[in-house]
Amino acid sequence: MFKSEAASWFRIYEMFQFKSFHMYGIIGSALGFGVLITQGIKRFQIKSAFGEPIVIPDKTKSFYRYSIGGIIFGLGWGLSGACPGPIFTLLGAGFLSIIIVLIFAILGTWFYGMIMHKLPN
Amino acid sequence: MNPWPWYVGGPLIALILFLLLYFGKSFGMSSNLRTICTICGAGKRSDFFKFDWRKQQWNLLVASGAIIGGWIASTYLTEDPSVLIHKDTIAKLQQLNIKSAGTAYLPKELFSLNNLLKPKVLSTLAIGGFLVGFGARYAGGCTSGHAISGLSNLQLVSLYAVIGFFIGGLLMNHFLLPYIL
Repeated sequence: MFKSEAASWFRIYEMFQFKSFHMYGIIGSALGFGVLITQGIKRFQIKSAFGEPIVIPDKTKSFYRYSIGGIIFGLGWGLSGACPGPIFTLLGAGFLSIIIVLIFAILGTWFYGMIMHKLPN
Repeated sequence: MNPWPWYVGGPLIALILFLLLYFGKSFGMSSNLRTICTICGAGKRSDFFKFDWRKQQWNLLVASGAIIGGWIASTYLTEDPSVLIHKDTIAKLQQLNIKSAGTAYLPKELFSLNNLLKPKVLSTLAIGGFLVGFGARYAGGCTSGHAISGLSNLQLVSLYAVIGFFIGGLLMNHFLLPYIL
């Protein structure tokens, strides 16, 4: 995350400005290999390290929660420049102010849990 | 700095996905936020947080790994952390009063400890974090869970989420940040 600069607010800003292939390259190549890996595991029924079948469950079918939730996440991503993974990376890298982002991300999660039943699915 | 190219960073992420699947787990970082809520006692107020957080310790370990990785990368592997984005983007950010573009890893205007005392800076980080946390849980995942894991598993709903991520990000970047910064 750190060395590829995917944890940098500047790279996220640049990505949404469409000024560089870099972030799209990272996500795209991760996804490209990800498809091969996931489909390969399912097709060839690869077993886990413990000898168990690897089960990759389907996500529950729905529309609004993914779309609206996605947009809300995106707004936050564009504002803070960080997804959950990079938040931890930046913490380790010594950018202590990211603790604010982390605390409020936890609070946002908490808030969701409190009001989730009132939200459209 | 000399960043790792995209064709190194991307496949490494896929390697993490593979390792987690191989050990019978999954790749999704936002779940850790939910686990932290549970550890803090949120289960008393909402069923959503009523689960045995010890079963999620493996994911907390992944998050800890990310912290350690960030520390090692920044301390030992990076002499100059400045992120050299496109000059047009640097120019645009300069206009928006982000003068540190091109000279730092994160904008000092938003992330330096001195600036945290400014209400505008504090609320930007707080609101950004809140939206990420709330949105990720509502959407049932963030970029790792949907854009990588979900789309790799050819889940249509993950495509809805990722499109949402981009709509939100573009809205913020093009229409809101100019007013906020």
